[in-house]
Amino acid sequence: MSEDFQAESLLLRPKLPVGIVGYGAYVPRYRLPAKEVARIWGGSEEGLPIIEKAVAGLDEDVITMSIEAARNALLRAGIDPLELRAVWVGSESHPYAVKPSGTVVAEAIGASRNISAGDWEFACKAGSEAMVAAIGLVGSGMGRYAMAIGMDTAQGKPGDALEFTASSGGAGYIFGPAEESLAVIEAAYSYVSDTPDFWRRAHAVYPEHGQRFTGEPAYFQHVSASAQTIMEAAGLKAQDFTYAVFHQPNAKFPSRVGKMLGFTAEQIKTGLLSPVIGNTYSGASLIGLTAILDIAKPGDRILMTSYGSGAGSDSFILSVQEAITERQGKARSTQDYIRQRTEIDYATYVRFRGEIVVK
Amino acid sequence: MNPQPEVVIVGVGQQPVGELWDVSLRDLAVRALRAAREDAAGLRPEAIYVGNMLAASASHQANLGALISEYSGLAGIAEGVTAEAGEASGAAAIYLAYLAIRSGLVSCAAVVGVEKVTDVVGSSVESVLARTLDSDYEAGEGMTTISQAALLLQRYMHENKPPREALAEFPKIAHANAVANPYAMYRKAIDSAAYMRSGMVADPLNLFDVAPVADGAAAIILTRRDLLPQKLAHPAVQLVASSLISDRLALHDRADPLFFGAAAVSVQRACQSAGMPMSAMDLFEYSDNTTLHAILSLEAAGLAPRGQGWQLASDGSLARDGYLPVATMGGHKARGYPLGAAGVYQAVEACLQLRAEAGGCQVAGAQRAMVQTLAATGSTAVTHILQRLD
Repeated sequence: MSEDFQAESLLLRPKLPVGIVGYGAYVPRYRLPAKEVARIWGGSEEGLPIIEKAVAGLDEDVITMSIEAARNALLRAGIDPLELRAVWVGSESHPYAVKPSGTVVAEAIGASRNISAGDWEFACKAGSEAMVAAIGLVGSGMGRYAMAIGMDTAQGKPGDALEFTASSGGAGYIFGPAEESLAVIEAAYSYVSDTPDFWRRAHAVYPEHGQRFTGEPAYFQHVSASAQTIMEAAGLKAQDFTYAVFHQPNAKFPSRVGKMLGFTAEQIKTGLLSPVIGNTYSGASLIGLTAILDIAKPGDRILMTSYGSGAGSDSFILSVQEAITERQGKARSTQDYIRQRTEIDYATYVRFRGEIVVK
Repeated sequence: MNPQPEVVIVGVGQQPVGELWDVSLRDLAVRALRAAREDAAGLRPEAIYVGNMLAASASHQANLGALISEYSGLAGIAEGVTAEAGEASGAAAIYLAYLAIRSGLVSCAAVVGVEKVTDVVGSSVESVLARTLDSDYEAGEGMTTISQAALLLQRYMHENKPPREALAEFPKIAHANAVANPYAMYRKAIDSAAYMRSGMVADPLNLFDVAPVADGAAAIILTRRDLLPQKLAHPAVQLVASSLISDRLALHDRADPLFFGAAAVSVQRACQSAGMPMSAMDLFEYSDNTTLHAILSLEAAGLAPRGQGWQLASDGSLARDGYLPVATMGGHKARGYPLGAAGVYQAVEACLQLRAEAGGCQVAGAQRAMVQTLAATGSTAVTHILQRLD
């Protein structure tokens, strides 16, 4: 058995060719500038991790936001929601501990009752893990279309470093036959390990983290191992891609890991949204990808790599198809959501996030 | 009565300093000790003196003497015990080895400084670091070593009016010196602009004024001069003097908090014991726990009048080619600050200088070095004088 074959065999490739037939993003309109967090909690404005983050409004949660993204995906796919055979929502901030999000989303978008629905919880790669499963479902012939969503209203403890970045937003994808798709999945790959750099125990309101342990041994090790493996196994190099998008907990990590992997700033900037919307956790790399698909051209090749703490990294290689051109404009673009911006102060933020104890 | 044996350092070993998430306390210590023993032509120590500050609280591990003896294959052969003197623990362990060999009771000793900070994260780090202060009257009120140094620097700046930019010279020297040290945590020179831009840790101490706490381990092997192994591949270094002085633990109990009294006495005693004046030193591995520590150490050593220590960094005196080079391998600031191991790192670095093995960090023609290690805000000061033997 040659080494090439071994590397090749690591890739997750469906029997039937699969692609993305529709995609949709959602970002709530409220923005909390990082300097506003620094104003309250102290610290210099020098070296803030992002510019500002998106904050869900009082009437928004992972379910409502997932419905928004799912509707955008359906608009682009142009399919009847009754044709969906799966609706999966990946998040670490499902509104209920017990009572699914997936069923609410499925009913709200008009999916049938003859579907698989489920909520995925797998740290920040819950959304990309649902994508891998959706590729499997369609690629095995179990169903024609499957929807995978990554969406979060992330929790950041007041005063903690995460409060600067933990934000709200995400994206949804409909997978279907490659011939109908706007981007074909050339390959997927999952790399997992038990590396506990960030966690939230049951009943705990806020997550905890291992500070700088979240860097080298966690984010950088997993993202670079996952991206390197899929590229090597697929026989591709950084310059073979038009765009790359990585999980983005802040502005610095994805830029640095991209550089480590040989990507240029030009390849990364389109999908790098964390500076202006923050870290949308399960939604982070997924919404970076929607921003790329919004402007991608047929023939472009894209690398996407997610990261979830204590979970690992999923990578996907996509090749953009002709159909993208007519589908891009069928729903609101990611940048359109980013432009829709209402700045809030810290007091409004804590009210929106339910941090004020009223009873 | 026989004269007391002279003490020589015949082997040194160190591990890279940093956030070594995947290396345990015991592995760190054993690796440093193994390197030192190899450097000492395989001499087998009869005693192991461990310098450590945090293991009992951060790693839930006490009795490192037994732990490190066992994992170094010396269980049942060597006596092992830990010296604890806060951030000066490593230097205190060297002091114990010095006493043991001078007394004639031990003929070969190992000193291992080891610190594993990253077994805790977040506010737990601050909590364990503050244990070197007075628990009842300082740490219990929320004081940390850094906030205490910050208060002192506020006062120092009020009294002596050093320009803010002048303080940048201390970390600039440290970072410039660390560039060629392969064991250093930060091997990048910094400029004044970077210093002035950096975030405040505890006003007026900014990020570059505070040595970064980190994991690390360093070790030395000491023996009697008359037992110097023939096959040693490098010059030996004599440990000419070792002086440990304790001050009052709480800052508020000291008559003059802006003067490191223990450091001053310890320098005087070491010089007296060695029969050498401060002016005979070719380099000074001082204790730059913070920029305040660096300044007050210079004043305590009599190198500058009270209130003027800050000027030495600005006029080139402390640079590698200056009158008295300091922090020659980066100091605590840029090599990284492995607390209870720091004093042993300083001794290793001084030995490398005196053996002319410091590579790009080499101070030309170095024959004698002073090494000083400070706990907290000068509550314990240990001063060593080392001299090259040819």
